[in-house]
Amino acid sequence: MQIPTIDESKTALNYHGAAEAASHHEAHPDHRIFGIIVFLVAEGMIFLGLFAAYLTFRAVAPVWPPEGTPERELLLPGINTAILIASSFVIHKGDTAVKNNNVASLRTWFLITAIMGAIFLAGQVYEYSHLEFGLKTNLYASTFYVLTGFHGMHVCFGILLILGVLWRSLKQGHYSSKNHFGVEAAEVYWHFVDIVWIVLFLLLYIL
Amino acid sequence: MTQLQVTDSANLGNTAETNTGGDWRKYFGFSTDHKVIGIQYLVTTFVFYLIGGALAAAVRTELATPDSDFVSRELYNSFFTIHATIMIFLWIVPAGTGGFGNYLIPLMIGAKDMAFPKLNAVAFWMIPPGGILLLSSFFVGAAGSGWTSYPPLSLINGQAGEFIWILSVLLLGTSSILGAVNFLVTLLKMRLPGMGLHQMPLFCWAMLSVSALVLVSTPVLAGALILLSFDLVAGTAFFNPTGGGDPVVYQHMFWFYSHPAVYIMILPMFGMISDILPVHARKPIFGYRAIAYSSLAISFLGLIVWAHHMFTSGTPAWLRMFFMIATMVIAIPTGIKVFSWLATIWGGKLDLNSAMLFGMGFVSMFVIGGLSGIMLASVPVDIHVHDTYFVVAHLHYVLFGGSVFGLYAGLYHWFPKMTGRMVNETWGRIHFALTLIGFNLCFLPMHKLGLEGMPRRVAEYDPKFAGLNLMATVGAYILAVSTIPFVINAVWSWMYGPKASANPWKALTLEWMTSSPPPVENFHEEPILWTGPYDYGIDFEEEGEEKSVEELLAEVKVDVG
Amino acid sequence: MKIPSNITTLIAGIVLTLVSLWYGQNHNLLPEAVSEEAPLVDGLFNMMMTVATGLFLIVQCVLIYSLFKFRKRPNDPTDGPPIHGNVPLEILWTAIPAVIILIVGIYSFEVYNSMGGLDPMAAHGTMAHHSKMSGAAIAATLTDETDSPTTNNQLALGVGASPEEQGQNPDLNINVTGLQFAWIFNYPDSGVTAGELHVPVGREVKLNISANDVIHAFWVPQFRLKQDAIPGRETQLRFTPKIPGTYPVICAELCGSYHGAMKTQVIVETPEEFDTWMQSQIAANQENLNQAVAVNPANMSNSEFLTPYAQEMGINSDTLQQLHIH
Repeated sequence: MQIPTIDESKTALNYHGAAEAASHHEAHPDHRIFGIIVFLVAEGMIFLGLFAAYLTFRAVAPVWPPEGTPERELLLPGINTAILIASSFVIHKGDTAVKNNNVASLRTWFLITAIMGAIFLAGQVYEYSHLEFGLKTNLYASTFYVLTGFHGMHVCFGILLILGVLWRSLKQGHYSSKNHFGVEAAEVYWHFVDIVWIVLFLLLYIL
Repeated sequence: MTQLQVTDSANLGNTAETNTGGDWRKYFGFSTDHKVIGIQYLVTTFVFYLIGGALAAAVRTELATPDSDFVSRELYNSFFTIHATIMIFLWIVPAGTGGFGNYLIPLMIGAKDMAFPKLNAVAFWMIPPGGILLLSSFFVGAAGSGWTSYPPLSLINGQAGEFIWILSVLLLGTSSILGAVNFLVTLLKMRLPGMGLHQMPLFCWAMLSVSALVLVSTPVLAGALILLSFDLVAGTAFFNPTGGGDPVVYQHMFWFYSHPAVYIMILPMFGMISDILPVHARKPIFGYRAIAYSSLAISFLGLIVWAHHMFTSGTPAWLRMFFMIATMVIAIPTGIKVFSWLATIWGGKLDLNSAMLFGMGFVSMFVIGGLSGIMLASVPVDIHVHDTYFVVAHLHYVLFGGSVFGLYAGLYHWFPKMTGRMVNETWGRIHFALTLIGFNLCFLPMHKLGLEGMPRRVAEYDPKFAGLNLMATVGAYILAVSTIPFVINAVWSWMYGPKASANPWKALTLEWMTSSPPPVENFHEEPILWTGPYDYGIDFEEEGEEKSVEELLAEVKVDVG
Repeated sequence: MKIPSNITTLIAGIVLTLVSLWYGQNHNLLPEAVSEEAPLVDGLFNMMMTVATGLFLIVQCVLIYSLFKFRKRPNDPTDGPPIHGNVPLEILWTAIPAVIILIVGIYSFEVYNSMGGLDPMAAHGTMAHHSKMSGAAIAATLTDETDSPTTNNQLALGVGASPEEQGQNPDLNINVTGLQFAWIFNYPDSGVTAGELHVPVGREVKLNISANDVIHAFWVPQFRLKQDAIPGRETQLRFTPKIPGTYPVICAELCGSYHGAMKTQVIVETPEEFDTWMQSQIAANQENLNQAVAVNPANMSNSEFLTPYAQEMGINSDTLQQLHIH
């Protein structure tokens, strides 16, 4: 009985795979991008919750940032922000390329995006190592590290997604003008990470 | 006996013969079939329900006498903390949304499966590790700060247990979010052609509202728990006043999830009841649109009332007034539902089987919880009864009298569909009677206890409360005993019960238009929407035998074709 | 048959109303009300109880009536009437709860205002700082908190002065501190510290509530008043006791293993009795201070310092054991 069971589950899985693949080529709409957007709503709510907590801490505190918090450098984070925002346009070029069936160009644009993301992360690490406050210095410092760190994790994940797309794009015919869910997913996610950073930057550095 | 045979046999008539529920091993593996996953959810969460119930029995045993004499005070605190956590995160939420949502939604909207079957399986397989993790924390001293886990207490009270608690809840919350993504996409994108939103069964409306609520509120809890774990592990001071933090911020973030969680736990049951009552009352649901929209209204209002849990905490006066009014407004959509259910029953032809009894019991018990809820919304009264046994009574009338009665109604109603077997009605009725008696005996006295001055979460109490507490303990034991007939009945019927036909209740929703249990991709042929979900009493004059629905279906197909 | 059924409905309605009205006044669920404000809360509760009883009876009667009247007869395969809804009826049962809520809402608002919940003075945190307790040792347990600035002065937390008394100072200020697992009451005017709350009848009392370690909640059921004691925040309760007697002070917010044992008493007494008690406390306090000079309380642990108070605060050795752990 053991063997038939395994076979059966395999066939079931294959069937689903086949159905999914079939739905691609046919007129059936692909719901995965919609699913990703719905999921990003939830992701956005985590950040919104953390932002709300930050704003409450800020509103309740008599002085913000608390006295004794060292001044923050604005130049490096500013450049970093510019790089991240620019990368959103770069990744969109990649998406446009694949819609024109130009996979080579897709690879170039995605590689550039991944590099820009890596530069952003490197900048973050550099900033962390040169800041004069640590995680436990005060409430501002704690929120600063947790918010930027949590965002940094998302940037990391975004870069992994982009690298995954690059890897898959090496396979002949994996992406085409009709079949490029991975490309779109990575792009949507990257835009999300970007938008979150803009809000974060405004909250933590500018306000 | 194998699944393949079933899939092959497209003939509806004799599937009941060949289909005995399939190979039981599939229930222990990584299946992507939404029906298997739904049953996996239901069985797993029911096991956790029994564990949570055992903890509740231990808590009531401690409270049988005024002194703290059964277990140590620390263990007692862990007992009620883990009891609440299990009942919420491992029973009601995953059973209502994950269990019934998964099993019913694709069937009800005529889809072959959920939108993302693999994601669905992943979401389920986060539940058992989450639960085992939570239970394992008893070895290091489980969390004992209440399921609310308010800092600073949670930061100084058994840190290892608290950290495991956080991890477990994060895992279960993620599972819940992934499930919600799946439900939303499935409901919005995969309905049968011709099924508009207003042709959906009301359970689907409820699940639509719930999924939106999960998606918006659960992540905020994750945010709160991330900050709490930093306080716990890294020594930051987000919620710790000694380092300049603010414990009230945690309460806001926590209740921003945990109040909607109440609706996450009750809305699916509202939906199930709206589907069960018409079938067994043989009457259309009264006021379909009112019930559908009131689900959406409750879901929206549920998001803006969280601070009513904090009336005696750090909430300024004007905010208390806002949250009081917003909370009371929820009574309007809830009232619409209750009155609509009563009107559905009124003048019907009630088949008083176990499902219907639990359905009517749900309405009856939920109303008590709803009425005490309005009292709690009123700030001056809440200042008196907040954090007392009145609240314990209220929440159990809503979550046990409401959600658990609803779950039982659903289990009895869809048991033939899920297993292909009928349950024993006599034992079902005994189960209902025991549950109703035990439940009221246990929780009704708690109203008075709370009003008189007994705070919640205490291991010892004033001896003047001994009588009522003893009564509640006896009720809890009856409640514990009441699950025995259910478990025996369910297991026995699953194995040896009489075979169920495709549509034993002569219901009109789509899940009854396929064999019991349904084949792997649900429908042998593309289902056709030939009637509204609640069009009872229209063309059933010649009704009377099993075949009629299938015959009608065939006729319609001819017409359409 | 038309008229009799109408009459039955009418009689049922009257009976239902009468039963609700009677039960709303005679439910016997609340403890005695011993402050000026408590009867207001009871009035509100009774009113809601009346409405709730009515609604409860309607729903349960409909269900039980249906259970018997609309039971499916054997061998009746037909369905019920295909009624999908009734718009006027649905509007009616939307409107009635809406009106009820409006009334309950306004009534609650009025009661809350009369209790002093909307006191604008509370909104500015008139109590600038929690004056330190006499007896330096307790302050020692407070050091963590007193060092950090009390962060928010804008938020009104608790119940303030009733509208007639707004702007006036209360007759008596008492600082209430919650700690695991006891309440400590400090009378800043006389410097007395006690483990029981003594208040004179008929005088307006203001409690300034704070917590040392975790969140506690100060609750006197007979006053219908409760307020969380939140570390790092000041909260307050203002009330006028009316009937002399001894009532429980209960911690209502889970605060650790001995949460259930964290109780003491509030003793409402005549002003004369209160003065006598106060004088005796002042005398006792002097002795304590003299001792304190000799022992240097700053070197004492929590439990050592608290031992003299243990008896009157209802603490046993287990509780003290507990303090050692933290």
